[in-house]
Amino acid sequence: MIYLELFITFFKIGLFTFGGGYAMISLIQNEVVVKHQWVDASTFTDIIAISQMTPGPIGINSATYVGYSVTESVWGAVVATIAVCLPSFIIILLIAYLYKQFKRNKWFEAALKGIRPVVLGLIASAAILLVTTDNFVDWKSWVIFGAAFAATQWGKVNPILVIILAGFVGFLIY
Amino acid sequence: MNVYLEIFTTFSKIGAFTIGGGYAMLPIIQREVVEKKGWLSKEDFVDVLAISQSAPGVFIINISIFIGERLKGFKGSVVAAFASAFPSFAIILLIAMFFSAFKDNQVVNSIFTGIRPAVVALIAVPLIAMSKSVKLNKYTSLIPFATVLLIVLLGISPIYIIISGALLGLFYFYLVKR
Repeated sequence: MIYLELFITFFKIGLFTFGGGYAMISLIQNEVVVKHQWVDASTFTDIIAISQMTPGPIGINSATYVGYSVTESVWGAVVATIAVCLPSFIIILLIAYLYKQFKRNKWFEAALKGIRPVVLGLIASAAILLVTTDNFVDWKSWVIFGAAFAATQWGKVNPILVIILAGFVGFLIY
Repeated sequence: MNVYLEIFTTFSKIGAFTIGGGYAMLPIIQREVVEKKGWLSKEDFVDVLAISQSAPGVFIINISIFIGERLKGFKGSVVAAFASAFPSFAIILLIAMFFSAFKDNQVVNSIFTGIRPAVVALIAVPLIAMSKSVKLNKYTSLIPFATVLLIVLLGISPIYIIISGALLGLFYFYLVKR
């Protein structure tokens, strides 16, 4: 049952993502590309590119996109998007009720301290796993990679502009 | 105006006009929710941010649920989350429906061949700033490397590594406390 599988997969992604969209990429990648093979690595990269250029968080965007393309139906997109949000509902509503106690809970803070360095590793893995021959077709891909890295890291260029420029360069040279 | 309608319009605006990830949205959320609507005080907003950030899930959805709950309980949280997810849902759905038709187009293909390595770079960039803010020491700096090895070489699910990280944090805290 593909809808149930989609639901479980995106529920898990929503439940275990700590530390923002980039950390989520690693989880989505593991579930969607490696485990279920619903999309390949280059399609996954395209989804991230589209997510960056369109409004909204990457978690919602990729759930919607993958849900639709796996089932070829709007309902797949609906199921995956609801599933990725559902853990937040349960957890945030619980926290909202226990607000004051939770705010300075030492144990909660201790667990987060252990998770933070893991998140770094997750993001690095996401980047490494996307270095495939489909995404890096030749040496020019590496030049684009280096230029994009330098422009965002040191040039403080807006990521959306970086993607648009890279697309323009691709149009010219490929 | 009906409060639910107000929640809906405010959060769908936030969802529709924020491009490029959760943190880019913060100034917009603050202007709408704190300054324009006065739904939260500045101090409360900081607390909401801290909690939404430490809880799992999508940052903006967490914030929406939290603020919606404060305003109108459970129903408020559903309206807020739905409103902030809806614009991206609708846009991505349209793209997903038509992108596959364009994908084999030579021009689209060239453009995305250029974009893909840039996307990988965009994912790698936040690592530098984050590695500073996490404040790693001699021992904890091994954790990111171990994580990469486990995921990239052994194909272990990130979920188990996150759980292990949490347990490690708790265990360390327990030892220090004793």
